[in-house]
Amino acid sequence: MSTFLGMPATAPRGVGNLRGDESFPAAARKALGNDQLRRNLGHATTTIRAKSGAVIGELPDWQELRSAGSALKAATMARLPELLLQLEENVTRAGGVVHWAADANEANRIVTELVRATGEQRVIKVKSMATQEIGLNEALEEAGIEPIETDLAELIVQLGNDKPSHILVPAIHRNRSEIREIFLREMPGVDPALTDEPVVLAGAARRYLRETFLSTKVAVSGANFAIADTGTLVVLESEGNGRMCLTLPETLITVMGIEKLVPTWQDLEVFLQLLPRASTGERMNPYTSMWTGVTPGDGPQSFHLVLLDNGRSAVLADEVGRQALHCIRCSACLNVCPVYERTGGHAYGSVYPGPIGAVLSPQLTGVEDNASLPYASSLCGACFDACPVKIDIPSILVHLRNEVPHPRTERAAMAAAAYTMDHPKLYAAAQHAAKLTKLAGHRLPPPLNGWTASRDLPEPPPETFRDWWAKR
Amino acid sequence: MRIALFVTCLADTMFPAAAKATVHLLERLGHEVVFPAGQTCCGQMHINTGYQKDALPLVRRHVQTFAPYDVVVAPSGSCVGSVRHQHAMVARAAGEEGLAARAEDVASRTYELSELLVDVLGVEDVGAYYPHRVTYHPTCHSLRMIRVGDKPQRLLRHVRGMELVELPAADQCCGFGGTFALKNADTSAAMLADKMRHVLDTGAEVCTAGDSSCLMHIGGGLSRLDAGVRTVHLAEILAATEETA
Repeated sequence: MSTFLGMPATAPRGVGNLRGDESFPAAARKALGNDQLRRNLGHATTTIRAKSGAVIGELPDWQELRSAGSALKAATMARLPELLLQLEENVTRAGGVVHWAADANEANRIVTELVRATGEQRVIKVKSMATQEIGLNEALEEAGIEPIETDLAELIVQLGNDKPSHILVPAIHRNRSEIREIFLREMPGVDPALTDEPVVLAGAARRYLRETFLSTKVAVSGANFAIADTGTLVVLESEGNGRMCLTLPETLITVMGIEKLVPTWQDLEVFLQLLPRASTGERMNPYTSMWTGVTPGDGPQSFHLVLLDNGRSAVLADEVGRQALHCIRCSACLNVCPVYERTGGHAYGSVYPGPIGAVLSPQLTGVEDNASLPYASSLCGACFDACPVKIDIPSILVHLRNEVPHPRTERAAMAAAAYTMDHPKLYAAAQHAAKLTKLAGHRLPPPLNGWTASRDLPEPPPETFRDWWAKR
Repeated sequence: MRIALFVTCLADTMFPAAAKATVHLLERLGHEVVFPAGQTCCGQMHINTGYQKDALPLVRRHVQTFAPYDVVVAPSGSCVGSVRHQHAMVARAAGEEGLAARAEDVASRTYELSELLVDVLGVEDVGAYYPHRVTYHPTCHSLRMIRVGDKPQRLLRHVRGMELVELPAADQCCGFGGTFALKNADTSAAMLADKMRHVLDTGAEVCTAGDSSCLMHIGGGLSRLDAGVRTVHLAEILAATEETA
């Protein structure tokens, strides 16, 4: 690019949903105490895992597809500025208007002004992680504009005045009786005889949403992909509500993270195979909507594309961490993560939960603001194996742990341990000291007592291996 | 074959039985085991907790200690994983290309016990006898970091007198994760609770694995339950004979 735009900045504080109010261990403790939540999560993730595993097993070339997806993403990131300019040119040529947003504040301001210019006071929304990330709904409400989520799970979360707990299944933490209560309490015009049968609940949502689709003139969406060489935007969804939002209104505003780009139409063939199988366990997603600018007399007559940075350039600048930008938001890593399965998404404090959230959120905000997230993993590696674009999440976690400010006592203890281990005589002495320590009832003192709260430490053996070897 | 033992700091200090069993087993199979002096710890705890700089001297020490040997074995998939996937990275991050190259060289000759037995020594029946009902927990680093696959099970299936029972949800992490068990103690305990439930469901008397660390975690939980199930390292089962049983 010809213009120097300054050093890449991280996502600003005070806006959006990338930072939690408390550390991961503290938030996790609350979630772990909620038995219903544990049951809901365990059931849901086990079901999705089995479904996804079965359809992935049908493809003999799954590993090659993963490699292709990974290579395509790396190649795209390597020339992102050039491809973004190409996208802008092609969207503009097709009758769209492209806006560049450096961060959440700017993106919210652009979208709010665009809606205001239409004179409308209500927008319908296609499920979108980018708009949740920037807190667009909150910004619109503040400006007197009512945003209505049309994805069923997203609607449940919105009506419940709740936060999403999963990238793909935002209401994964809710069961059907909880959903019934939320609908009865919050959904305009709902039948008071509503039962908790899934088909009845879905019917209630459909009746409410149909009216809204037909009477709202502005829609806001995200994008799964944008094709640089044609200027085409792509949204994948399962319910058909997205298709309604993308075709019925007069004005369509799409907010898209700058990493969502693919260079050519042909590149989609890889991702359209990877995403549904890894994500919902479907061979193909039910609804794929694609649009290029505007078409007179057909669909929205005014199209705006907001290209969002909000920390992404900063992520791209990190040689190890930039892989996190390859994420296609399939949530496969959440579904296999033993930590996510037990704590749910709210514990991560960001709209991006689970393993990918543990590497993406701290990078977008700067690690100081999400310092506990890189540790919210046992490094078991299940996420790496599940990722359809082969993001090496465990390596990024380890990398970020090196960037996190460490507590002073821990720093001192780790330095002392390393020094001891680098001096075999001191090391042997320390081994003997450990042996002589009488650990009453196998309990450790603080700050190590978290271990012995639920586990016994083994009895130190009478003789270390090296003592035994020396006597041989 | 002359085989250098990388004992690992945890086996050396807390679980010498696993290391002694490794020695006895390899000697019984006719190999010479040496214990290179000066070895301490691979530095994985430092690397995974975010202290790569502190780990650098430990990486250097490890590489210097084991560079002279053609074959190195450790009774730990996790520590072998660190040697194989982290040592060169730590050296490179510190700008030490020479050390990184030597670390890669040592790593290419370092094996976890089941890998050494099956891939290098070409043996699956090690002549063991262990008359117990046993379930095997494939530790995450053995399974995913170094990909030992079913080598441990192949070895265990040849053990006489033993009934090997499958562990439900075997590939789920037990919740240890090094300092994860300290930093996220509650989540770790919840993961452990599920792992223990699965172990108890098998009706096994013994839960085995190729890593003392995970066994310390699982065994520490089982001990609290007084469930009458003990944890035993894979090396100890493979080293057991009619005489020792």
